[in-house]
Amino acid sequence: MDWGAIFTNAIESGLGIDGVYFALAAIGLNIHFGYAGLLNFGQSAFVAMGAYGLATSVSTWGLPFWVGILIGLGGSVVLAILLGIPTLRLRADYLAIVTIAAAEIIRLMLRSVSLKDTFGGTDGLQQYSGAFFEANPYPDDRQYGVGGVEFSSRDTWVMTVGWSLVALFCVLVWVLMNSPWGRVLKAIREDEDAVRSLGKNVYAYKMQALVLGGVIGATGGFVVALGQGSVTADSFGSETTFFLYTALILGGAARVFGPVVGAILFWSLLSLTDNVLRQAIANGHISDSIMTGTQVGQVRFMLVGLGLVLMLAFRPQGIFGDKKELALDAR
Amino acid sequence: MARRLAGALAALVLALLAIPFLASPAAAEGEDLHGKLRNGDTAVADVRIFATDAGGTQIGETRSDAEGVWAIPLPGPGKYTVTLDAETLPEGVALRNADNASVTREILGGAETPQLFPLGEGRAVAKQDTIEWVQLTAEGLRFGLIIALAAVGLSLIYGTTGLVNFSHGELVTLGAMIAYWFNVEHGLQLIAAGALAVAVCGAAGGAQDALFWGVLRKRKTGLLAMMIISIGLALLVRYIYQYLFGGGNEAFTDYNSQTAVKPAGLPFALAPKDYWSMGIAAAALVLVLLALNMTRLGKATRAVADNPSLAAASGIDVDRVIRLVWAVGAALAGLAGVLLGLAQQVNFAMGFNILLLLFAAVTLGGLGSAAGALLGSLVIGLFIQLSTLWVSPELKNVGALGVLIVILLVRPQGILGRAERIG
Repeated sequence: MDWGAIFTNAIESGLGIDGVYFALAAIGLNIHFGYAGLLNFGQSAFVAMGAYGLATSVSTWGLPFWVGILIGLGGSVVLAILLGIPTLRLRADYLAIVTIAAAEIIRLMLRSVSLKDTFGGTDGLQQYSGAFFEANPYPDDRQYGVGGVEFSSRDTWVMTVGWSLVALFCVLVWVLMNSPWGRVLKAIREDEDAVRSLGKNVYAYKMQALVLGGVIGATGGFVVALGQGSVTADSFGSETTFFLYTALILGGAARVFGPVVGAILFWSLLSLTDNVLRQAIANGHISDSIMTGTQVGQVRFMLVGLGLVLMLAFRPQGIFGDKKELALDAR
Repeated sequence: MARRLAGALAALVLALLAIPFLASPAAAEGEDLHGKLRNGDTAVADVRIFATDAGGTQIGETRSDAEGVWAIPLPGPGKYTVTLDAETLPEGVALRNADNASVTREILGGAETPQLFPLGEGRAVAKQDTIEWVQLTAEGLRFGLIIALAAVGLSLIYGTTGLVNFSHGELVTLGAMIAYWFNVEHGLQLIAAGALAVAVCGAAGGAQDALFWGVLRKRKTGLLAMMIISIGLALLVRYIYQYLFGGGNEAFTDYNSQTAVKPAGLPFALAPKDYWSMGIAAAALVLVLLALNMTRLGKATRAVADNPSLAAASGIDVDRVIRLVWAVGAALAGLAGVLLGLAQQVNFAMGFNILLLLFAAVTLGGLGSAAGALLGSLVIGLFIQLSTLWVSPELKNVGALGVLIVILLVRPQGILGRAERIG
């Protein structure tokens, strides 16, 4: 067992493209779920809006890179408003069902053969990131990193931009949640009727939270689209949303750094179990009749599910959270 | 309490691991495009398949052998179009989706690439004598009745416990998996295997409540927390299925190659197994609805759904009613899984794939109402099938999910639901 490689892989996975993508999407989700108490099960659709907004604009319509970014952001705002109008007046469990249904509709549209000319069907879209990597300041003749944890110049550039965005949004969330606006939002999460009786427009506050979290989710979409070089609709299914919830709850909802720590840990742990199991199989510690290489992927996701169950049952506040801040109740 | 919960979880995982190891289909050898033509369990021989390169020149042609196996060697990596000549299919066999006769694949260097052509008895056989919308209505009713079985359980569980159970789809899959195990691995006839599967699912449902959800309720876990827990449980169980069963589609041993039959003079044709499925589903649903309305236990169930505290105060054993609802709901879901497996083969994600349709059906009919769930399911089933008259079949679920959103806009309590505050 090559423990050095196992741990460097885990750190690379947590800090790399997957980690930063999940951190951004989970920060957005934290505004919905952690601060506003909105059970948005369609975060994957906001991520898809960012990724496909950029990819479709540049690759299909031939627009400049920055226009693609604006279209991605605009798309996520429009989606948030469209989704918010019917659902924000509903109880939390209804909201969950409607948002997951809407996200599924968007995924089915993006992968459909009828719209293949625009969205590329199940093959997705490629070749939209040229302008972004032309601005890459890191020469691509070497790897970047310390102590065996190394990234290519392209990944380093995406990560630089991505983690800068994470830092920016963390500051933004901290400022907002300590402002009067954030206090009203948290009050809505605790007792909507009490806030309404104080004369606040609950609906407007929820809508603003939905838009803000959605836009941050879309930036996660940009990062994953640029980092992976291609977008496919099936990578934005409802399971992505469930994984985002796992990461968020792992780190601790309603905390500024909760989603960031959660995302890094989530991917590090996934990579760790994956590598340990694969090496154990390769070295004959686990016989083929119990587990083969292809079954490792499934074991990882079993652990995600089990982890989600155990966390919610025993430590719903995650690592950093405050149990009092998570009043999870529907009726 | 924490130890008890952990023990319950372990028991659940062990029970699921007890589903024996099921082999997934082995990969073929050679650098080529290859595949195996099967109609249910019968190999389909002597079907012409040919490949053309990006320029449209034919570079290989073959016919499937007695085992249905075909392979076309390729000159190198590149883009190829492989086409199945539907004219050469035997009578009574058609491509499940006629648009998939021709598939373009990007072949990487040195890659042996499997290509599936899913076959089935297909509507193409009797199509000339059917009227399309009548045929689609019949298929919609069949699908609606099958998902109604699962939706009624989902709705009753919501009604009595308030839990939106995201792992209900996994109970559907459990039914299909257990029937598959008895039927294919142990050679038991499908009717017996299905009956056993329904019994096992009922027991699993009751056990799930006794060992897991009941414990969480006693711990006063919030309903939203339980909902997220059900998502985690669904992930866990679904990937256990895939671990044991593999990622492919497998058919039961019995009732595979049936020719579609037209009932006297009517312009639609379904396989005999479809008529039987519809009959079984309808009978089960009628029984459950009658029991809910006629028996004392049914009345108690409705009382608990209405107001659990008041029901408990008037002497109803609420926990026992909830346990029963879980057992019956899971048994119905298991039956849905068996019938769904018969209609479209067994797959580890088959329950997850219909979960959102179940939610749509339950919401449409009114959360918590059993009759509403049945009505909602029929509407969703019909809507899905009939919408293919206008939109491409791959988008048929989009319409059904769209209906869900529109219903919540205009009549959030659903068709049969009571008007209550839901926002």
